[in-house]
Amino acid sequence: MEKVLLVDDEKEFLEIMAERMEARDMNVTTTTSPKDALKKAQEESYDAVILDLMMPEMDGLETLKELKKKNPDLQVILLTGHATVQKGVEAMKLGATDLLEKPADLKILTEKIKKAHTKKMVLVQKKAEEKIRHILAEKGW
Amino acid sequence: MNRQLDAEIETGLQFFGKMTASISHEIKNVMAIINESAGLLEDYSLMAEKGMPIDPERLKVVSDRVTNQIRRADSITKNLNSLAHSVDEFRKSVGIRETLELAMGLTERFADMRSVILDFHPPSDFLAVITSPFHLLNLIWQVLDFAIDASGAGKRVGLTFETGQTSVKIRFTGIEALTNEPSTVFPTAKEAALLDMLGATIHHNTKKGEINLVLPKDDRQQ
Repeated sequence: MEKVLLVDDEKEFLEIMAERMEARDMNVTTTTSPKDALKKAQEESYDAVILDLMMPEMDGLETLKELKKKNPDLQVILLTGHATVQKGVEAMKLGATDLLEKPADLKILTEKIKKAHTKKMVLVQKKAEEKIRHILAEKGW
Repeated sequence: MNRQLDAEIETGLQFFGKMTASISHEIKNVMAIINESAGLLEDYSLMAEKGMPIDPERLKVVSDRVTNQIRRADSITKNLNSLAHSVDEFRKSVGIRETLELAMGLTERFADMRSVILDFHPPSDFLAVITSPFHLLNLIWQVLDFAIDASGAGKRVGLTFETGQTSVKIRFTGIEALTNEPSTVFPTAKEAALLDMLGATIHHNTKKGEINLVLPKDDRQQ
């Protein structure tokens, strides 16, 4: 089951998306506040964060930057109604996994979440292997 | 083309572009909710086909959501339409109340983005002025944009107007961060050109945290 954090200032959008994604066996947490999203991402481990680009308090790119600063391996998919090429390039440079324009096809979004989940698993495994290698080298077994 | 005219055209186009970009973003948000609502109905029908019972209340929630979003889209497109028609004539009689309502409607999303609430308290009297509707809207937007940024901890900008004998005073309140030397910050050259064009003036009341925009009832009687 993929664990997803959905961040958007449109409350109704969050409610419907959560219901549809949960029906597809995803564990969904929602918030309308980017600051709350940063807190949640620190407390919990998510397979993917779906983030709106334009929000009050903090815009999506700023939130993305903060999320990646705290956890560089976090998979962040930007969902926006306002995708300019410039913003898209900026988002990718900041480490976004993908960028989708609203209204998005849930099938495509689900595929991207599954890909993000797989990528996260690979990264977790890679880190675990590195840790073991490090311990082995240090202990000299 | 002379430099001042270039700057005026640039200011006008920037305002128009900013408003239409914001409106298109809002319409996209509405479309996204309607799109997901349609998807949810599809999910329900698939569940029903598999023999799972669907609570009619859930269908009503979706139907209400779509109705609300259609109402929202209607208001957004009405604002877009009024903005588009504001360039039909550059001198005509316009209702101050309607112009301020339109300016508030166009600015609301920008205020939301900065977590600021806009309050409109118009008097009950009807007042029309002869002016350039587009340039007036542009000027009101510039003042609101500044006021939102300077609203300080209160995060609430008020808007109202008072009628004088030959002019109307549009009051922007709640500008907590107005300094003692506000004229160095606002109006900038951009607003000064609009003020000149409309025959209007701007006055700061730093004690009250207010900016007053004084507009002639007829721009040719200045």
